[in-house]
Amino acid sequence: MRFTTFAAPSRFHRISGFVLPWLWAAAALCATAGLAVGLLHAPTDAQQGDAYRIIFIHVPAAWMSMVLYLALAGWAAVGWVWGVRLASMLARALAPTGLACTALALVTGAFWGKPTWGTWWVWDARLTSELILLLLYGGYLALVESIDDPRRADRAGALLAVVGAINVPIIYFSVRWWNTLHQGASITLGRAPSMADSMLLGMGLMTLAFWAWAFAIVFVRLRAIVLERERDTAWVRALGAGEAAAHRVAAMRGATA
Amino acid sequence: MADWIRWHDIDAFLAMGGYGLYVWGAYGLAAAALGLEGWLAHRRAQRAWRATRLPARRAADA
Repeated sequence: MRFTTFAAPSRFHRISGFVLPWLWAAAALCATAGLAVGLLHAPTDAQQGDAYRIIFIHVPAAWMSMVLYLALAGWAAVGWVWGVRLASMLARALAPTGLACTALALVTGAFWGKPTWGTWWVWDARLTSELILLLLYGGYLALVESIDDPRRADRAGALLAVVGAINVPIIYFSVRWWNTLHQGASITLGRAPSMADSMLLGMGLMTLAFWAWAFAIVFVRLRAIVLERERDTAWVRALGAGEAAAHRVAAMRGATA
Repeated sequence: MADWIRWHDIDAFLAMGGYGLYVWGAYGLAAAALGLEGWLAHRRAQRAWRATRLPARRAADA
């Protein structure tokens, strides 16, 4: 099996169709368990009271915003350098979900900042660099949508995405490099987490839920992009003919019932 | 199960120690954002499927 075996859009379309229901189920299951642990079981924080419970959506959304951008830049670069069509399509499919996670991290952060810091927003290094990430996602989407030729749009988008990737380590290390109002990382490699086990469990489950949800939504969007771009290929025509026939049979059954 | 849940009553749970507006506001906006994101992706997928079926349906109608 070659490296490019799974890069064929037709193969991706078939495999993702089987995987999608499991991803939705995993997202629902992990979100239900995570919300139950986070909102019902986890103890009240000694300093922040119950306002800290925003952490169960804020932190997974913030993590996803950075991970998705790195994935976007990585796949856009693969599509640009090696001309892998599916990689460029994947980069495009990742962008709206990354934008949603970044917006969510900023808005939930504001809802957390008001009761704990006394303000919705402050031009702090962490918040500002996360806002720049939002602008990068928006800029990438605006750029690729403004160019009619998909190949040229992919190349222009890849350049912006790769250059913008420098912002991700800045976001992550901003709380160490600068004196910020935003608290430092509660979970780091090589150090015990500075939070109760049940808080950690709730956050872990919600992070898994966000991962599964992001995979599912990106797969749904990527399948649509694949169909849009491969419309004139034999496999999409065959798929369309099969679907149309199935619809006709279903309609005839409905008419006779 | 009752011991597992930290809240004594539903009012205390909804009040979130006085931070209910912020906590539920954040969760409500998150639910709306994720729901909108899912709906937009689903709508795009539906449109792509319809466009995929179109040539075969036109051929069948002709």
